Amino acid sequence: MSEAPVAPPSVSADPAAADGIGLLVRPPRPRAGWRLLPARVGAMCVVELQKLRHDRTELYTRAVQPALWLLIFGQTFTRIRAIPTGGTPYIDFMAPGIIAQSAMFIAIFYGIQIIWERDAGVLNKLLVTPTPRSALVTGKAFAAGVKSLIQAVVVVVIAALLGVALTWNPLRLLGVAAAVILGSAFFSCLSMTIAGIVLSRDRLMGIGQAITMPLFFGSNALYPVAVMPGWLQAVSKANPLSYQVDALRGLLLGTPAHLGADFAVLVLAAAAGITAASALLGRLAR
Amino acid sequence: MTGDPADTTTATEAAHDSTGPTAARDGSAAQPGGPDAVACAGLVYAFGGTNAVDGLDLTVRPGEVFGLLGPNGAGKTTAIRCVTTLLPVPAGMVRVFGRDPADDRMAVRRLLGYVPQQLSADAALTGRENVTLFARVFDVPRRERAARVAQALAAVDLTEAADRLAKTYSGGMVRRLELAQALVSAPRLLILDEPTIGLDPIARTGVWEHINAVRTATGMTVLVTTHYMDEADQYCDRVGLMHRGRVRALGTPAELRHGLGERRRAEGGPADGAPPTLEDVFRDVAGSGLDDSSGDFRDVRSTRRTAQRVG
Ligand SMILES: Nc1ncnc2c1ncn2[C@@H]1O[C@H](COP(=O)(O)OP(=O)(O)O)[C@@H](O)[C@H]1O
Ligand SMILES: [Mg+2]
Repeated sequence: MSEAPVAPPSVSADPAAADGIGLLVRPPRPRAGWRLLPARVGAMCVVELQKLRHDRTELYTRAVQPALWLLIFGQTFTRIRAIPTGGTPYIDFMAPGIIAQSAMFIAIFYGIQIIWERDAGVLNKLLVTPTPRSALVTGKAFAAGVKSLIQAVVVVVIAALLGVALTWNPLRLLGVAAAVILGSAFFSCLSMTIAGIVLSRDRLMGIGQAITMPLFFGSNALYPVAVMPGWLQAVSKANPLSYQVDALRGLLLGTPAHLGADFAVLVLAAAAGITAASALLGRLAR
Repeated sequence: MTGDPADTTTATEAAHDSTGPTAARDGSAAQPGGPDAVACAGLVYAFGGTNAVDGLDLTVRPGEVFGLLGPNGAGKTTAIRCVTTLLPVPAGMVRVFGRDPADDRMAVRRLLGYVPQQLSADAALTGRENVTLFARVFDVPRRERAARVAQALAAVDLTEAADRLAKTYSGGMVRRLELAQALVSAPRLLILDEPTIGLDPIARTGVWEHINAVRTATGMTVLVTTHYMDEADQYCDRVGLMHRGRVRALGTPAELRHGLGERRRAEGGPADGAPPTLEDVFRDVAGSGLDDSSGDFRDVRSTRRTAQRVG
């Protein structure tokens, strides 16, 4: 907008002006329409990285569970060969599943946090900035993706230390990053959507806990689809986590995968999640 | 726009002068002929069946510090949330510098700096990061971002604490940080909801002094809510006394106090000498029943929660 500042600053008289206040009377020029979304997404992702820099405890405490899964479950089942994995050692087979699981936990919890932000007024304040709701939700979704990605790196390193034969091909790793971010965008939007429906912290925590395990066990993270009973195969087919795991497995281990379909489903799921969460965000503002 | 509905009591007579910027201390800040900073006409907002805001008429003139006063539950926060685009209102009820939030929310938001009632800085970020986030989401270009953030922090005396995490700040410092967050985008209208709630007297004075210094330096308009009548008396150019969703009296604090004093004299009331305070004016316009209606459980609880977080 082209409005002049309300009044010329009376610079000389005021003590605050000693440090200069000149910039604070000039409203910044609004960014052009198409550049707004990437700018907001960038802003939200930067905040996540800053928070991780100040406090990494969550990163470490959340690495314990996947480490235990790989160490105990993975090594035991590798030995007893109970699950047919087509020649891949079981721990290798499950590692992408565990990476996806820990990313999903982070994302779902991240979405739950939006209720805290609402209660603390942080969300209200962001909603009074020139940020359309869809841009705010997209920003949050990708910030969850960034957070999950860093967690995924930790789990990949743990898996590598346990002897899982992972690819180090940079292009494939880029694909891994994309799959992790897209999946997390979907799962964070899933919990933001539920937040917009139930509107209460306690109920959301309960639901969040209730859905994570079924999403995990109802996917191909721990066992191949072929060994599942029919009903579970159907669940797994409808579960975006399965497509994420399939993509991660194909990229990290080089096993046969349906990368095209996997990424198509992940992109569609993320888009649908962002749409649903944006539509319900207004309810959180009331 | 200050022409009030008939049920406004006589104490508001002084308020009916909608002519001329009598109140603004900083007359130069007002743009003669420009649109009002805020204009609400018959604003109504209901939660479920009850009207939290019930026919609010309000004008805030450019450059003034306007105080919206009232007990807990009067509807101040709801009114503010209608002005800030947080709550949807039908077209024609609210204008911010002539713009209707129902038509163009983004344009209204670009004019606003908003500090909500709760302490809303992000405790896991430093002061500087908190302010930088708001510079980013208001599209401050990269090359002037650092300088602008530094100026906003300096304006509220947080330069030294800028790189500490906000969770180490005292309540007064958090409020000042929020002020810096709101200032970094050079808003024309600063909206502060209970900026001093739960603060100790020294921190309260500090917050008000920074609000005043910034207002003087930038000429921005300030709309502030409070239930501390003494603060409003001291720091606001004009006040509106709000009760049960409506402004019941409007004017400069002096006008309202003198108005009541005159009337008491005319009625031959007790000549005990003590000139009326703003609180007396409030009791006068709200009438009896103020004590049992001021704030249900929910209001008191949320106020207490904020106070705890601050303390
Ligand atoms: N989100 C909400 N849902 C239902 N009722 C609400 C909500 N917010 C406020 N109210 C009610 O609206 C009335 C006005 O509240 P509020 O605007 O917060 O008052 P104030 O800010 O003056 O203390 C109160 O009776 C309050 O209980
Ligand atoms: Mg309030």
